Amino acid sequence: MEVVRAPRLRIPVPSRVVAPVPSSTPVRGAGVAVSSAARLRRRIGDFGFRATALGFALSVFVITGLIALSLVRTSWRSVVTFGWSFLWTSTWDPVFEHFGALPFIYGTLMSSAIALLFAVPIGVGAAICLAELLPQRLADPLTFLVELLVAVPSVIYGLVGVFVLVPVVRTLGNAAQPLIGFLPIFRGPVYGVGLLTAGIVLAVMIVPFVISISREVLLAVPQTQRDAALALGATRWETIQGVVLPFARSGIFGAVFLALARALGETMAVTMVIGNRPEIAASLFAPAYTMPAVLANEFAEATSDVYLAALMEIGLVLFCITVIINGVARLLVMNVQRNTAGAAE
Amino acid sequence: MTLARRRRLVERVMFALSVGCMATALSVLFFLLGYITYQGISSLSLSFFTNLPAPVGEAGGGMANALLGSLKLLIAAACLGIPVGFLGGVYLAEYGGGKLGFLVRYAADVLNGVPSIVIGITVYALVVRPIGHFSTLAGGVALGLMIIPVALRSTEEFLRLVPASLREAAIALGAPRWVVIVRVVIPAGMRGIATGLVLALARVAGETAPLLFTAFNNRYWSEGWTQPTASLPVMIFTYAIAPYQDWHDQAWAAGLVLLALVLGANLIARFVLRRGGPIQGRA
Repeated sequence: MEVVRAPRLRIPVPSRVVAPVPSSTPVRGAGVAVSSAARLRRRIGDFGFRATALGFALSVFVITGLIALSLVRTSWRSVVTFGWSFLWTSTWDPVFEHFGALPFIYGTLMSSAIALLFAVPIGVGAAICLAELLPQRLADPLTFLVELLVAVPSVIYGLVGVFVLVPVVRTLGNAAQPLIGFLPIFRGPVYGVGLLTAGIVLAVMIVPFVISISREVLLAVPQTQRDAALALGATRWETIQGVVLPFARSGIFGAVFLALARALGETMAVTMVIGNRPEIAASLFAPAYTMPAVLANEFAEATSDVYLAALMEIGLVLFCITVIINGVARLLVMNVQRNTAGAAE
Repeated sequence: MTLARRRRLVERVMFALSVGCMATALSVLFFLLGYITYQGISSLSLSFFTNLPAPVGEAGGGMANALLGSLKLLIAAACLGIPVGFLGGVYLAEYGGGKLGFLVRYAADVLNGVPSIVIGITVYALVVRPIGHFSTLAGGVALGLMIIPVALRSTEEFLRLVPASLREAAIALGAPRWVVIVRVVIPAGMRGIATGLVLALARVAGETAPLLFTAFNNRYWSEGWTQPTASLPVMIFTYAIAPYQDWHDQAWAAGLVLLALVLGANLIARFVLRRGGPIQGRA
């Protein structure tokens, strides 16, 4: 606490208590008064430590670069042979060595889109509940539980997906087909495994992620913004809808993008429930295939060089997509943090 | 209906929906925990921890080799990932204020987002192919690469929590910068850093995809570091997609063990953080 007193005796009172240091006597601590040899030694020590730490920090670039380089190098044969048509032809024929990755790209994008369709509303809704509605005493333990869900390994989600969700989708799908089967997206036999099942498993996996990041973004919205809206007579929901959510919008977009990147690269759970058939079908019940899944299933049995190169190229495409999406997402989240810091001042 | 009543009604409905979302998310967690415990506990026995996998149809098989394999993989991963991530994090926290720091941070976040299967095939191309066979070491490299960005960011975060006054006090006593960091800043943040590293290890402990083409799998004990090895997550995957009922039971048991280990590590780490605070000497 700082006590402002009227200056007495016309001596100006310093606004902060500063230890009086007579400027004439230099401060001579044990470590400051050193010989020039010792000074050199400590400079070398400082420099060496900093250089070592820097080297390890830079290794992140080296690793990322190495991944990119080795993917390009090992997939080069496929890149040269098939060119851009690799991305939009849908023949996948290891016997005649004709490779097009469209079914996998389609399966990856569709399953992730389905996942986002479920996960974003539920995730953002739950984040609003945690950040805006519940008292902290209740919200903290719930947040803790949600963050535990993030830690569950993906193969566990796959395990439950195979033995619980697949039979459920098969039963419900078959039961509902007379009603909804006229729609192209629900046509055809219901095996249980398929695009829809994969989408649901992915949704379950990314929901905790969306909740946890969105909650942080919502908590970063300055309280003054809410107070202002409430003072104008808005209800709490109107405050959230009209003030808090718009303020947090780009951060929530960032959270969604991060979740999307996760869904696109998710391997095990999807491989176990999507059916693994390289076909593009309109029906959500139809088995499909994703880029990570084809890598997981066929990489070990790729015998010819072209086959291996084609699989590596799928890896390269996946790498590029996730790097771009992650890059954008991080920028969005950073942007919100900067804005918030600015508005809070 | 008056406007005021409608506004209040809208508010109620939206709040109910939001609570419903929360309840949905949590019920998934409890269902997951409950169902895995229910399924796993019935097939869990002492032999699971002590025996090698048995052939199909034979009772009494276990996953002792997979448990040991996972442990060895984690040790190898820690040897690669923790020093790199830790020192990189020290750089970011202590020297990384400028543009370079921003770029490293950004690259780490991007590396963190690279799908684990891509890491797996890269390590296959870089390590497995030149050596000529799958090995524990290659699996450790793959997992280690995944640890680096996580360890780096969490180390940085916890070092930043160390109050500047501690650094200033040490510098004022005449200590060189690096001595300040090594003797004062790092010990002060050690509790948080260690928790972060444990969490990073727990995260990769459940990874399956990077191991498929690096550590591969093994029905027997894996000797040394240069043979393929079984691991808990890969075992769960192989057993779950196989058509045999007794393998499914084993997969559930392994799932329960893996989940217990990963969630246990998370619980302990967070408990330590919450009780003691990340910084030594401060609540």
